[in-house]
Amino acid sequence: MSDDHVYLTLAEGHEDDARWAYGTGFEDPLHGVDTTVPDGVDAGELASVCVALADDALVSAQRLAEWITRAPELEEEVALANIGLDLLGQARLLYSRAGQADGTGRDEDAYAYFRDAGDFRNVRLAEVPGGDFAFSIVRLLLLSSWRLAHFERLASHPDPVLAAIAAKGVKELAYHRQYAAEWTVRLGDGTEESHRRTRRALEQVAPYVGELFTAFDVRDEVVAVLRQVTRAAGLPMPVYRPLPGSGRDGEHTEHLAPLLAELQGVARAHPEATW
Amino acid sequence: MVTTLPDARRARHIAEQVPDPELPMLTLADLGVLRDVELTGDGTVVASLTPTYSGCPAMAEMRADVAARLRAAGYARVEIRTVLDPPWTSDWITPAGRRKLTEHGIAPPGPAAPHDGPVPLLLSATRHAVACPRCGSADTEETSRFAATACKSLWRCRACREPFEYVKEI
Repeated sequence: MSDDHVYLTLAEGHEDDARWAYGTGFEDPLHGVDTTVPDGVDAGELASVCVALADDALVSAQRLAEWITRAPELEEEVALANIGLDLLGQARLLYSRAGQADGTGRDEDAYAYFRDAGDFRNVRLAEVPGGDFAFSIVRLLLLSSWRLAHFERLASHPDPVLAAIAAKGVKELAYHRQYAAEWTVRLGDGTEESHRRTRRALEQVAPYVGELFTAFDVRDEVVAVLRQVTRAAGLPMPVYRPLPGSGRDGEHTEHLAPLLAELQGVARAHPEATW
Repeated sequence: MVTTLPDARRARHIAEQVPDPELPMLTLADLGVLRDVELTGDGTVVASLTPTYSGCPAMAEMRADVAARLRAAGYARVEIRTVLDPPWTSDWITPAGRRKLTEHGIAPPGPAAPHDGPVPLLLSATRHAVACPRCGSADTEETSRFAATACKSLWRCRACREPFEYVKEI
């Protein structure tokens, strides 16, 4: 294989559905999974749960990806991108499940690219701009702690597909929470400047915390984790000052639409494109 | 109907030999992602794969590779199924797979923590020593929990000064 022709070499000699590189085309991530919705499971409710969790993950992944080329160190860039990739994988599985459950048969792309901001059900904490590194870390701590506690419960959901997606996600989210917790301690217990900024980040996330707890009751677990981490970091617990409205009802900040415009632009300009 | 004709064993053998796209020194069987290969009554080969991580971009490649190799071996009807439950664990990497990882400078994972009840958050956990896959020294340190692929972390050896990758327990 000559270095001059690396792409040609990769592209040739494949047949059928083999591809020469990743990301050149997606197929149903639930390909070949038994997708019957079991008796006794409310399909509409199942779809709503899946969409909310998928929207949290997709929007978070987009914000995490913004750190690529901008993180304090290469290692952190790799870490944040990997966490985003895990969340993107969870979003793909959940959107696919939602499309089966709500009877529309929509695929993951229909949910990710062809809905407007008002149709998204993610919490507003996921969509607000990344701010500085401390804010992104504190946000990740909250979102991953909540998602981990919630997925632990969903692992025994009567829908076997959602239960399996959640059980798999638990393992990934444990790494995300660990990463965010260790960084929070490092920043809080670091220099005067890192302590000040992390403290400010806790104040900045405070208005959005309540939204996480309205739909699902894992508040005690999340508060316990937050207390453990802030104590180790020498930081105060955030004081909850809930904002009116909720992203779970489609009420969003002005920051979601521009995020989606960037995410959806290519797919909307070329709706039938494959590459 | 599922049969165990010699032909089913041959199909299984072919699927087992497919290399992993991200860790090509391992086969899909070494990695533990090939969960089952069956031959149904109508002659369809059904191969079941499980993803390592939800976002693993190599899944589509694996599906395509297994199907293409089985077709090339003369099986006209091939079906690839995705199995999500039970979720993949690094404990499924076979002893041969662990040996091959070490030979290629990648430290294999230790045993995954059992999952019973909520995952505890340990802020001062002392992680077990990871032996350097190059020189064998236990004097190593983690530089990043995340690496070039979702399943690995970055380490360096204080003895031989070489960086290396480590497959995370999950």
